[in-house]
Amino acid sequence: MTNKTPYAIELRDISKRFGAVQANKDICLQVPAGTIHGIIGENGAGKSTLMSIIYGFYEADTGYIEVDGKRVDIRNSQEAIHSGIGMVHQHFMLVENFTVLENVVLGAEGGSLLKEGMDTARVELQRLAQEYSLDIDVDAVVEELPVGLQQRVEILKALYRGARILILDEPTGVLTPQEADHLFRVLKSLKEQGVTVLLITHKLREIMASTDNISVMRQGQMVAHRQTSQTNTDELAELMVGKKVRLVVDKDDAQPSQVTLSAKNLSLYDSQGVQRLKNVNVDLRAGEIVGIAGVSGNGQSELLNVLSGIESMSDGEIRFSGEVINAKTPKNAAQMRDLKMAHVPEDRHKMGLVTGFEAYEAAVLGYHNSDAYNGKILMNRTVMLDECNERMAAWDVRPPNPHLKTANFSGGNQQKIVIAREVEQNPDVLLIGQPTRGVDIGAIENIHEQIVKLRDAGKAILLVSVELDEIMALSDRILVMFDGAVVGELDAKDADERKLGLMMANAYEEETVGETA
Amino acid sequence: MFETLILILDATMRVSTPLILAALAGLYAERSGIVDIGLEGKILGSAFAAAAGAAVYGSAWIGLGFGILASVFLAMVHGFACITHRGDHIVSGVAINTVVAGLTVTLGLDWFGMGGQTPTLSGDARFLSITFPFADALADVPVIGLIYSELLSGHNVLVYLAFLMVPATYWVVYKTRFGLRLRATGENPHAVDTAGISVALVRYRALIICGVLCGIAGAYLSTAHNAGFLKDMSAGKGYMALAALIFGKWRPVPVLFACLLFGFLDAVAVRLQGVVIPGIGEVPVQAIEVLPYVLTVLLLAGFIGKAVGPKAVGRPYVKERA
Amino acid sequence: MSQAKVPAWVNVALIPFLNIMLAFLVSGLVILAIGENPIEAAGYLIYGAFGYDEGVGYTLYYATNFIFTGLAVSVAFKAGLFNIGGEGQAYIGGLGVGLVCLAFDHTLPFYVIAPLAIIGAAVFGAGWAYIPAYLQAKRGSHIVITTIMFNFIASSLMVYLMVNWLKEDGRMAPNSRTFEESAWLPYLHELLSPLGIEIGDSPLNMAFLWALVCCVLVWGLIWHTRWGYQLRTLGTNPTAAKYAGIDTVKVTIWVMLISGGLAGFVGINEIMGVNHNLLLNFTAGYGFAGIAVSLMGRNHPVGIIMASILFGALYQGGAELAFEIPTITPEIVVVIQGLVILFSGALEHMFKDRIEGFFIRRAVA
Repeated sequence: MTNKTPYAIELRDISKRFGAVQANKDICLQVPAGTIHGIIGENGAGKSTLMSIIYGFYEADTGYIEVDGKRVDIRNSQEAIHSGIGMVHQHFMLVENFTVLENVVLGAEGGSLLKEGMDTARVELQRLAQEYSLDIDVDAVVEELPVGLQQRVEILKALYRGARILILDEPTGVLTPQEADHLFRVLKSLKEQGVTVLLITHKLREIMASTDNISVMRQGQMVAHRQTSQTNTDELAELMVGKKVRLVVDKDDAQPSQVTLSAKNLSLYDSQGVQRLKNVNVDLRAGEIVGIAGVSGNGQSELLNVLSGIESMSDGEIRFSGEVINAKTPKNAAQMRDLKMAHVPEDRHKMGLVTGFEAYEAAVLGYHNSDAYNGKILMNRTVMLDECNERMAAWDVRPPNPHLKTANFSGGNQQKIVIAREVEQNPDVLLIGQPTRGVDIGAIENIHEQIVKLRDAGKAILLVSVELDEIMALSDRILVMFDGAVVGELDAKDADERKLGLMMANAYEEETVGETA
Repeated sequence: MFETLILILDATMRVSTPLILAALAGLYAERSGIVDIGLEGKILGSAFAAAAGAAVYGSAWIGLGFGILASVFLAMVHGFACITHRGDHIVSGVAINTVVAGLTVTLGLDWFGMGGQTPTLSGDARFLSITFPFADALADVPVIGLIYSELLSGHNVLVYLAFLMVPATYWVVYKTRFGLRLRATGENPHAVDTAGISVALVRYRALIICGVLCGIAGAYLSTAHNAGFLKDMSAGKGYMALAALIFGKWRPVPVLFACLLFGFLDAVAVRLQGVVIPGIGEVPVQAIEVLPYVLTVLLLAGFIGKAVGPKAVGRPYVKERA
Repeated sequence: MSQAKVPAWVNVALIPFLNIMLAFLVSGLVILAIGENPIEAAGYLIYGAFGYDEGVGYTLYYATNFIFTGLAVSVAFKAGLFNIGGEGQAYIGGLGVGLVCLAFDHTLPFYVIAPLAIIGAAVFGAGWAYIPAYLQAKRGSHIVITTIMFNFIASSLMVYLMVNWLKEDGRMAPNSRTFEESAWLPYLHELLSPLGIEIGDSPLNMAFLWALVCCVLVWGLIWHTRWGYQLRTLGTNPTAAKYAGIDTVKVTIWVMLISGGLAGFVGINEIMGVNHNLLLNFTAGYGFAGIAVSLMGRNHPVGIIMASILFGALYQGGAELAFEIPTITPEIVVVIQGLVILFSGALEHMFKDRIEGFFIRRAVA
């Protein structure tokens, strides 16, 4: 690579901070024209923020962008479009009740009357469709199209605006394998026509199959650049996850006994009709911690919601406490609690707490109907306060003030309030999502110890975490979820980061074949 | 019988006019994603400003100008609260309605000293009926004569303008660049933003049009339909227009028919006052009066068809962290 | 977490104070535009509202209505619902009161009629809120629109009933006959004079005491019962409500029933306390004013009492002001009310964000 031909796009020392979070730090990236460049990284590595900066959705705090060797200022989407950058968002930016044609011309109407612009667009779309094999019925209403075709509309939208650099954010997340294959063929033909493609994904297999170069992001930083031909999934998985300080939790071997909760063939369709859970089977045994590993958004949250009664399953059944729960006889979250199930939700702000409540009130959420907290008419404040004081002391919540608004505790202390609430109910099953997200190091150890203690007391625990360390340190058995299904199960003793990383990217099977051969 | 029908339809046109204008005004606002229950206040404010302007300058057209200015100003207050400051659309609408209800009387008393009314308008200060050519001559021709001379001829210019606004709105909403962006903004402002279009600008423009149309509706009430401003003369027309907008499912032509239906019910109710229908007895006027509201509630409840409004209506647009 | 650094008094006192001052400022400009002296006007207003016994009595009488409608809006608001139908619910609640009084004033003594009338107001007011509540909870119909529609339906229904069924025979005005005195709520000046306390004659009646009782009940209900706990959870974090297994349909409907019942109590004050017969348009905008009261009173009973007294004072003082300065109408009060809704409701972020930002920066520095 000489400096004769400038890069299609070059990032120089881009940094971006949201409050206390450094989302991007000194990012540099060079993408030669007419190549497909992959950017991989775990969830929260800063990929989406970076792409939003390129597309003018956010402005970088420092650093700048060059397109074709010329520095450009991109302060909004319009300026990005003018610089020849197009973006296919993870969540499509389409007006659902518009036709394909209307969506494509929106913002590029070419005159104050629609007729002329629409006619031009119709012809132009035909040309683009032929050139890049992007066939589509331009008069179809978008919401009636399958997801793969909706994505095609997004690509056409970008091309119609003259995009020479196309960014795709997790483009295959919503596609079937066939649709994904077709997408990659399209990207290839785009590349042949000189279009530069930036592909953001966490799926190793597809990035290996489709790109020319790969950059790896981790914790807001660009940690490595590789030519695709010079690397392999193993190396990438390791770069992605990094060599973190190994978490060690002091625990004995598990003594699992009877099955406490058994879920069979759980399936869930969301309101859009997309299948979020695919025939998931999970058995939870007393005295065992089952960890669910996976990149976030692969069905873990839905699994927690269905097991805890927040959402009812579309299909399948749960056997728990002598009850059979299925789509016909669902139980809500309160009824599941009555069966002695506790749930520490993944997102404590959205779900686990009411941030406007005082701590002692938040400390009974979900158990507010329990006799312990209620008199005949009024809630028994004294009991609630006493109990909250006790727990704050036992769990070392700081400041130990039950009247402080929940919002005003630090993340770790909020989490302790939630975990204490759920654990102290002495449940048979504990579902626990992201137990240490946003929690400071000191508190993490404490929380982990409590989880192990609960296991040793003979409880069945399901742990969902995107932190591989946490999964490996705590779990006795590990299930890996990918795309709504459980794709692998292994004993915690046999798990290592590489293996899990590959499983999470659904790239494990071929590897094992290679290894065992 | 036929003559009665024509007379009722004739009255329907007059009563429907402010509804049509206000409902179309609401259509622009809601299609852009702004809920506007302040239609009522804008109509009232404009009715006052128009009557005051017409009284002082002796010209209905100058009055109309003042009415539109007042209404657009109120629409901009709504925009400032809802678009710029992400305020609650409903609260802002209630505030505007309340302020206008008080302010019109307060200012009216000071300016004209007639207990909050404006002086009675006459001559050029009012929009008078336009008689079509040969209307009188043709009046005696059976059927067609009556339709031409009674129903079509003999309205003031604002009535015709209101009906013209329906195809005009259809054209703007479905055939122009602005219309495309307007509809997109009410459905998915994120898509509009990523297409490089300012969501706020589209919404402010929609509110300006909304203000102009409400302005005409108000001026019609005080300088055409009536001869002066009366306290609270909008009398719920803004809310009924909102009902018509929902009933017409946010589309110009169905909205027209909803307004005509509501106007027709009103005209019938007036005619039926105290009339005993054989076999049924006296139909309570109130039962007909409430029909628009009852029908709208039934529609909202999904018992007669389904009312699905613009998806993003009522929600402030905030760029989210991706 | 940034709110931690904003002192509590900023949100509870400073911001409402600024909003009301801004509303007064703009109204002052209106008075100035009319060519009168705003300071002088304010003087008349304050004297009219608080300067003498009767004035205070009137102020509290108006405040009674505002407390009921303010509580009604607040209870719904606490659960995240906007009940804009207080006007209609108050109207129909009054119908309930009137029917009870008309039915029993010949036969039953006051101490039986009074609780029956309270029940009548609550049941009728709640009933009128039930349909919009049910449609919102079960069928997702937008409660704001349906309650607006129900205001109009209530208005037509009342006209129909008054004209066709309840009008006193042989009279032109659509009013019912005057109740027997057994169905009159005692005026406070009558109650107090045997105790040796003399206050001026005013429409202030026992309904005011009931309003204060309602404040205590609502306070207890919202902050001290499990039911209120569920309501507040639903209102602040619907996802958490789902997580906690709260039956949102049930809570939504119950909240609206209570809200409607509270609004219905306006009928106790107006029909049983003052007019002593059933008549049209006695709600006079009190239902809508409840929105301003609840916004101003920060949805807390104590705040609502204070805001109600403020608005009561404006209504009473405004009448006095119009008497003293004939070029000013009592409607100036409606302007102030609207401006309060605008500044403390629709434009709440305008000040709030800046002022909070100021305190956060100061705390950080």
